[in-house]
Order: sequence, then C-alpha cells, then structure tokens
Amino acid sequence: MSEEKSAIIRKKDLSLLERMYIPEIVKGMKLTISQMFTPTFTTQYPDERFQPPASFRGRPVLVEENGVERCVACGLCSRVCPALAIEVQAGETDLGKERYPEKFEINMIRCIFCGFCEEVCPEEAIIMSQEYELAFTKPQDALFGKDKLLVPIEKVQTRLDFLRTNR
Amino acid sequence: MNIIIEALIKIAFILLVNLTTVAYLVYAERRVSALIQNRVGPNRVGPMGLLQPVADIVKLFFKEDIVPTAANKFVHSLAPLISLIVALSTFAVIPFGNTIHLFGHDYKLMIADVNVGLLYLLALSSLGVYGITLSGWSSNNKYSLLGGLRSSAQMISYELSLGLSIIGVLMIAGSLQLDKIVVHQGNYLFGFLPTWNIFLQPLGCITFVIAYFAETNRLPFDLPEAEPELVGGYHTEYSGMKFGLFFLAEYANMITASAVIVTLYLGGWQLPFIENFGLSPLAVSLLQVAAFGIKVALVLLFFIIVRWTIPRFRYDQLMNIGWKVMLPLAILNIVITGLIILL
Repeated sequence: MSEEKSAIIRKKDLSLLERMYIPEIVKGMKLTISQMFTPTFTTQYPDERFQPPASFRGRPVLVEENGVERCVACGLCSRVCPALAIEVQAGETDLGKERYPEKFEINMIRCIFCGFCEEVCPEEAIIMSQEYELAFTKPQDALFGKDKLLVPIEKVQTRLDFLRTNR
Repeated sequence: MNIIIEALIKIAFILLVNLTTVAYLVYAERRVSALIQNRVGPNRVGPMGLLQPVADIVKLFFKEDIVPTAANKFVHSLAPLISLIVALSTFAVIPFGNTIHLFGHDYKLMIADVNVGLLYLLALSSLGVYGITLSGWSSNNKYSLLGGLRSSAQMISYELSLGLSIIGVLMIAGSLQLDKIVVHQGNYLFGFLPTWNIFLQPLGCITFVIAYFAETNRLPFDLPEAEPELVGGYHTEYSGMKFGLFFLAEYANMITASAVIVTLYLGGWQLPFIENFGLSPLAVSLLQVAAFGIKVALVLLFFIIVRWTIPRFRYDQLMNIGWKVMLPLAILNIVITGLIILL
C-alpha cells in the first residue's frame, strides 16, 4: 500500500467539514466545557481521608484477643516473607497455647505488603490492616515491635470477616 | 501640565489593572484547567486559593537568578524586558471606554489617542518577537536557539495574515484610529444586530483570532516553548524573576490580544441598545467600561479553554496552515469586503 510507504501518514477519509478544522475545534471545546461542570475526583487528602475497603492490604498487625496476642510464634510468617521483613523469637508461656513470641518485629522498610504472612498464618494472628499512612523520618522508626503491632481484635474485625468469607 | 497628569493617572490605572489581571489570569488558568481535567486546582493559599498568585510571585523573587557562563549577559537580561515592555505598551492605544464626563471635564478613556493606532499595534506586536528570539540566541543553548528561531519563523508567517485580516476592518471603518473603529461598530444592522465586525466579516475575524493566537504563542501554536521537544524553548536558561518576566509577558500579551480582538471585532466598549434605557451619561460610560472588561474576560476564558482543548501543531502543519490556508483566506476576506463596499 502506498500509504505505508510514505513517511507522513495522512488520513484520506476526512470529510470536508473535518478538514476545515474549525467545527472539530468547536466539538472539542464543547467537550472540555462540559467537563468543567462535572464533579471532580480529588480527595482533599489531609482534610478527608480515603477509607480503604476490607480487601485493602495495609500494614500487617498482630491480633490481640483478651489482652494477649493470638500468635503462637510458629515462625511461618517469617519463613514465607519474601522480603525477609519479619523476625520472630519464641518463648514459653503458661497459657493454653504454650508458646508466644518474645520478640516480634516487622521492618516496615522491607515489607512489601504481599500478604503472604496473613495467608500462611494458622492462627489468623497476623493480618493486613487498613492503615496506609506509613511515613518515617528515621529508619529506626520503621522497626515495628510488638508495642506497635498489637491491635485489639475489634479494630480489625472487618478484615477478619473479609478473610472468613473470601478465603 | 493637566494633560500630563491625566495621562499619568491613566497609565497608572492601566498598569495596575493589567498587572493584577495577569496575576489572577495565571490563577484562573490553573483553576479552569483543573476543572476541565476534573481536578480542583490551587485551593490552599488563602480562601479558594486566591492568594496563590502572591505566593507564586514571592517564590519567583526568592529564586536564584542564574545566567549561564556562555551566555551573552547583556542581551540575556535585556530580552525579558523587551518582551514585557512590548506586551504592556500595546495597551496604550486601546480605548477601554467612551469619553467620560467627570468633574466638569471630558476625558477620553485611552492613554494615547494616536491616529495610527492600528499601525502602532501591529508594529509593537511584531516587536515582541525580538524578546523571544534574542533570549533564544543569547542563552547559548541549542534548545533555546531553536525555540527563538521557530518563534521568528512563526511570527513572519502569521504576521502577514494578521495584517491582511485587519485590512478588512480598516476598509469598513475607514480609519486607523482605534477609537473611530469602535465608534463605527455602534450602529445596527437590520435594526437588531449590532454592527460588530465579527458579524460583518466573520472570515476576517477567524483568521485574525487564529493569527493572534500564533502571535501570543498560545497553545495550538506554542512551538517556541514546546516542552516535549525543546525542554523549555526560549526560556530554558532563565530562572528566577527573569523567567517570571517572560511568564508575565506571555499573560500580558494574552490580555492585550483579548483587548485587541474585542476592540477590532467585538465592538470594543459598545454595549448594544444601552441608549434605549435613558441612563445618565456617567452611568452609560461606566457600564461601557464594564462591558469592555467583561468582553475581554470572556475572550481570555476562550484563550484558556482553547489551550486545554487543542493539541500543539507540528512545525510543518503550522507553516502549511500559515501560508496555504490563512494567507489566501485573509486575501479572500479583503476581496469580499471590497466587493460589498463597492456594491
């Protein structure tokens, strides 16, 4: 085809009105003007915050039930973590579950929010929350120990319900 | 002595209005573009973001002013001044209202009532290209130079159709004086249509508006600063307030362009049918000034919407349209106008 050979590809099937260009400009301006009166998509971030749906994978947290964590320090999450962000040190306890994590630390700089830890956890003890505001000024701040990771079960109930119905 | 004071007051008034409008035109452009793209735009500084222009200007003043070592320093600093001075001084001949009667005197609402107003306007608008071309050359940067060269080539191609489309207006009004051109647009056609030149010669109006878009380097024709290909075009090497001056000049040019379009084609300060309401002469004069302002604002809005609607021309398309379409159309307009006047 001759069209393919030429360096500049010209559309041959433009009508006279289209080639006059001005009606097309008017059409385009109609579109832009009509867009001016449609609502904006902007979320005014610091003033209004995005409430993520239950399927959202925010920062991982440890579920705290009746004042103690559900975690039995099996170390599966630490094993499965592709970014090697989780460190668990197990200890013994007098409770029924017998084992508990003496130290549970997630390096939030390394975490990639894949949710593998949540998937692999046999006790539903580590789950992804809906928190997404994770900015740090120092790398040390990004090491989340048990103090920051433990979250009462009521706060993550939506995610637990989501996991029950969708997994 | 009185004349000097009168002129100074008018100049101060025009400058004040012009510069404030420039500042808020930038704000308006950002808000309108945001609305078109379903965004919000600047709304943090002051109520509704109305103090944004102030913040912008303060920021520009605090920026470091860098002159490249290889640049021609004198021309490099002269160029933005040329741009701005030309943009602002075009306003001198534009009548923004009819004669106003104040404190027992009649005042003409234009700075300089020269009898070659139209020529002055054309001369200055083509002078504006020097600012851009010199800035491109003096920066000693290939992108700047390309931008400057494009600008001059564009000006040459579009100046012709600009001048030729004005001739139609000239033939109808029979005067180069902008005041008389406006007065001439105050009659009525068939008793209801004001004899604005846009109705008398729509073809000339279209070519003139398109050519003036090219003249102001606004978007369908902003090749001199085409960011995707030329970094920043002629102002690549400018920073701080020198860049600010170019910015100011672009928007001041826009205001001047709108004022010229309004004066030549949209009836200037004419407000149709105002004489039927029996208002006092002072009220009529003030309403006419307001009408001029509103018309200019609407044309400015048109400028902004066009910028966010139409993509940039390619360079060969620009030249094609300039020489093969605009020039014949402008000449055709002259022929048609001449025929109608003859008949």
